[in-house]
Amino acid sequence: MQDDAAQNQTLLGADELVLNMGPQHPSTHGVLRVKLKLDGERVRGTECVIGYLHRGVEKIAENRSYQQFAPYVDRMDYVAAVSNGLGYCEAVEKLLNVEAPPRAKVIRTIMTELQRIASHLVWLGTHALDIGALTPLFYCLREREEILKIFEKYCGARLTTHAFRIGGLQYEAYDSFEKDVERFCKDFERRIQEYVDLLTGNSIWIGRTRNVGVLSAEDCIALGASGPVLRASGVKWDLRKAQPYAAYDQYNFQIPVGTNGDTYDRYMVRMEEMRQSRLICLQAIENIPAGPILGKVGKVLKPPAGEIYHSIEAPKGILGYYIVSDGTTQPYRVRIRPPSFINLQALDKMARGHLVADVVAIIGTLDIVLGEVDR
Amino acid sequence: MNPTLHAVLVFLETWWVELVSGVVIVAVVPLVAGYIVLVERKLMADMQARLGPMRVGPHGLLQPIADAVKLLIKEDIIPDNADKMVFWMAPVVSMTAALTSMGAIAFGPAFQVARDINVGLLFVIGVSSLGIFGIVLGGWASNSHYSIMGALRSTAQLVSYETAAGLALISGLLLAGTLKIRAIVDAQQHFGVWFVFLAPVAFFIYVVASIAETNRAPFDLPEAESELVAGYMTEYSGFRWALYFLGEYANMIVVGAVATTLFLGGWLRPFPNVRWMNWLDALPALFTAAVGAYCVYRAGKQPVRVQTWFMWGVALACFVVALILAVPLLVAPLKFLVPGLHGAFWFLLKISAYIYLFMWLRFTLPRYRFDQLMHLGWYILIPLAIVNVLAVGVAMILEMEYGWNRWLAMLLTTVITLATALFLLRLNDKRAAAASSAAPPPEEPSTEDSYAG
Amino acid sequence: MQIPLDNDLTKRYREQFGAAILDAVEDRKQAYLVIAAAQLAEIAGYSRDVEKFDLLEDYTAVDWPRREKRFDLVAILYSFPHNLRLRLKIPLADGETASSLVEIWPTANWLEREIFDMFGISFSGHPDMKRILLPEEWQGHPLRKDYDILQQDTAWVRENLGIESGQ
Repeated sequence: MQDDAAQNQTLLGADELVLNMGPQHPSTHGVLRVKLKLDGERVRGTECVIGYLHRGVEKIAENRSYQQFAPYVDRMDYVAAVSNGLGYCEAVEKLLNVEAPPRAKVIRTIMTELQRIASHLVWLGTHALDIGALTPLFYCLREREEILKIFEKYCGARLTTHAFRIGGLQYEAYDSFEKDVERFCKDFERRIQEYVDLLTGNSIWIGRTRNVGVLSAEDCIALGASGPVLRASGVKWDLRKAQPYAAYDQYNFQIPVGTNGDTYDRYMVRMEEMRQSRLICLQAIENIPAGPILGKVGKVLKPPAGEIYHSIEAPKGILGYYIVSDGTTQPYRVRIRPPSFINLQALDKMARGHLVADVVAIIGTLDIVLGEVDR
Repeated sequence: MNPTLHAVLVFLETWWVELVSGVVIVAVVPLVAGYIVLVERKLMADMQARLGPMRVGPHGLLQPIADAVKLLIKEDIIPDNADKMVFWMAPVVSMTAALTSMGAIAFGPAFQVARDINVGLLFVIGVSSLGIFGIVLGGWASNSHYSIMGALRSTAQLVSYETAAGLALISGLLLAGTLKIRAIVDAQQHFGVWFVFLAPVAFFIYVVASIAETNRAPFDLPEAESELVAGYMTEYSGFRWALYFLGEYANMIVVGAVATTLFLGGWLRPFPNVRWMNWLDALPALFTAAVGAYCVYRAGKQPVRVQTWFMWGVALACFVVALILAVPLLVAPLKFLVPGLHGAFWFLLKISAYIYLFMWLRFTLPRYRFDQLMHLGWYILIPLAIVNVLAVGVAMILEMEYGWNRWLAMLLTTVITLATALFLLRLNDKRAAAASSAAPPPEEPSTEDSYAG
Repeated sequence: MQIPLDNDLTKRYREQFGAAILDAVEDRKQAYLVIAAAQLAEIAGYSRDVEKFDLLEDYTAVDWPRREKRFDLVAILYSFPHNLRLRLKIPLADGETASSLVEIWPTANWLEREIFDMFGISFSGHPDMKRILLPEEWQGHPLRKDYDILQQDTAWVRENLGIESGQ
């Protein structure tokens, strides 16, 4: 486009148009507000206004005991509550220096991978809807429903599950757990093909996503963008491989990477991640070790003074917990590293020079959940 | 006699057909549009593995009426900073244009809506294009960014695609040799073939352009819900919004009618001149009877007694229509009714198929981006339409002056046009590739937009 | 559980910055360096360029009101080539500003704004130092330990209803 000197000059010499997108807008995925500076329909700059959903989760943590706080983390990324819970429970376990028993670890892995599929399905459906394809949303929700049914059978809740406990699991897997997961995984392969048929080769879809919102690997790392966004830029890095947690070191799976770092690559990476998650689930249900499900933790948790940082590969990126203990039953400080919040920072870089329609596609491809951005 | 009364009587005597048609259009089209919406919602639900409206009436059959009542009793909101007069007028303009253009359409040999004027098709196209004023004025008067962007998109889009659509129609008109609606259909009977087979490329261009003209997906950018909230309709609510909506669906009927008249043989049944295909005449009656039978089958499965009765009512209506369609075939003295009744049936069936295609595309395809839409219009459709007009003209000269076989001439020119289309697509891809490599993203987004049909 | 740390990495840091590295600790197998705020930018730049800690994974703060320097800024670094994490802790007194890391890691932009929002620590050289999650007119910084949860509420009630809040 124009060089820097002409940055404030629009094409026709008119004033910049400031378009207020959100917080009530069909495709800002919640209460995100973006101020778009436009030259005609071309974006000259963006400014995110966030915090509409701020509930002070980190402050709440300082006034709850360790167990009491666990359900709150489910309310951050509410489409991937199980992953949030896993991160928190493992962080507190590290702080306490205890370890969950193997059986608990495997069940945790299965649940978390199912949650990853569910989260990606919500992303796919809404992303396609933003780009104007109405139908994939309902197909995605149909499959997600099957996952939520498994969650419901397991712990009684569907969305904010609070599925795990510090030290292991509260509930034993129900009788037909393996069978349900297997049935879902067997079915899911065919279902993914439906999305592929609708979108992958569609020339409108390709036109709308190729070269839109390009982020190079250097940009990604500099901006802290993680998860599928980082992998689509060609960085073959996944915490499940780099620093395995739960039972991920026992399973074979690939890390899909993209090459261009555009919206289409992110789409392809997430699609492949769903397939890989499915494979992990299939491997895991084959051999769930017997044994206890809850490790040796007391009724009252009093971690020795000190601090811990633990992060997991949540569906949206690195989800980290930095917990400081002062030796009492309540955490002194809980800091949550929210992947959505940090990925959203890349929006400005990605959207500059694109059209308004692309901003919608870019917000969709970042896969943000405002509950997690604002916490 | 009182001279005023006399003048009124003379006026009524001359114009009573038009006046009655006007009343009928205003009375019937909203209802039809409402039911098209219901059908659309039901089809969408079916394709998306869900049920759609089920609550109001059996299978939601009374939903359009409930919606209409809801829209009528909604609070009428006019934004403070809006230009009230224009804001009030814009939806009326939009709907009036759409309804007026219906006046020249014939729904069968016996169902000419107003009158068969000698510039029939031109009238339809011209008047329905006026509807854009309603959109632009509405977008401007709302005094909102989203509205004005929707209106601007709409204008640019209509100007671009009206050209392509017009050129596509010219190809058909060259074959028909007239603008009179009835004469166009007669010409197809005379040729013994629908014009879609003689000018397939023109038909394809018209389909694409008419989707864009009626602001339907994948070209629904003026009201792109996920980008511009609702485009030019953002600030409208209640009845004014309903008028826009009505205008849009009326427009769909109009473009469907135009395409049917010019390309799909109007009210002619398939193979109108082939004697041994006469059994097709029984199809309308059998078809409606089958629908009725299905309703009877479903009636037993309704959960509530009222719904069962309602289903029986619908079934009965179907059977009555089937009877009306069948009796003239069997009873010799009523034979003169056959072309009219059956013509209307075939015409409506074809329009329905056309609108079904629109809906199907909407549920399947993502939305174009604005620059891609413009490129598709100006770089591909318009050049292709021009080439096609020339090709059809050449074919007709070959046939009339040099005595070529009609099919051979048409085949030859169609192949030439298709080759042009391929060439244009290649050119466009190359241009897009050059654009994206010359200016590295994200500074300059790609403009790649090959249209695969 | 905190034990002094003396591995190659800390040795290199100590060599490079000497007294600016106040302490090096290992806590539950995780390492952190306590560094002086004055040298923050240099140490951060060195961490990214020489030690290849190319990702600023998180940047936050902890409030210890009874300490002389009441805040700890905590930067969590990750190195892709070494698959290694390192925490930097920067003790900071109330009212002291830290130098911004936006130049080194652009991701620090929103993180520093959040720290400012929640703790009231401001960063010099930050391009857009203002609140991010809370409204502009918000009083106080909620994650400070002495923040009164009820004050916003009672103030609102007093201002808008003209009565004393019963809470």
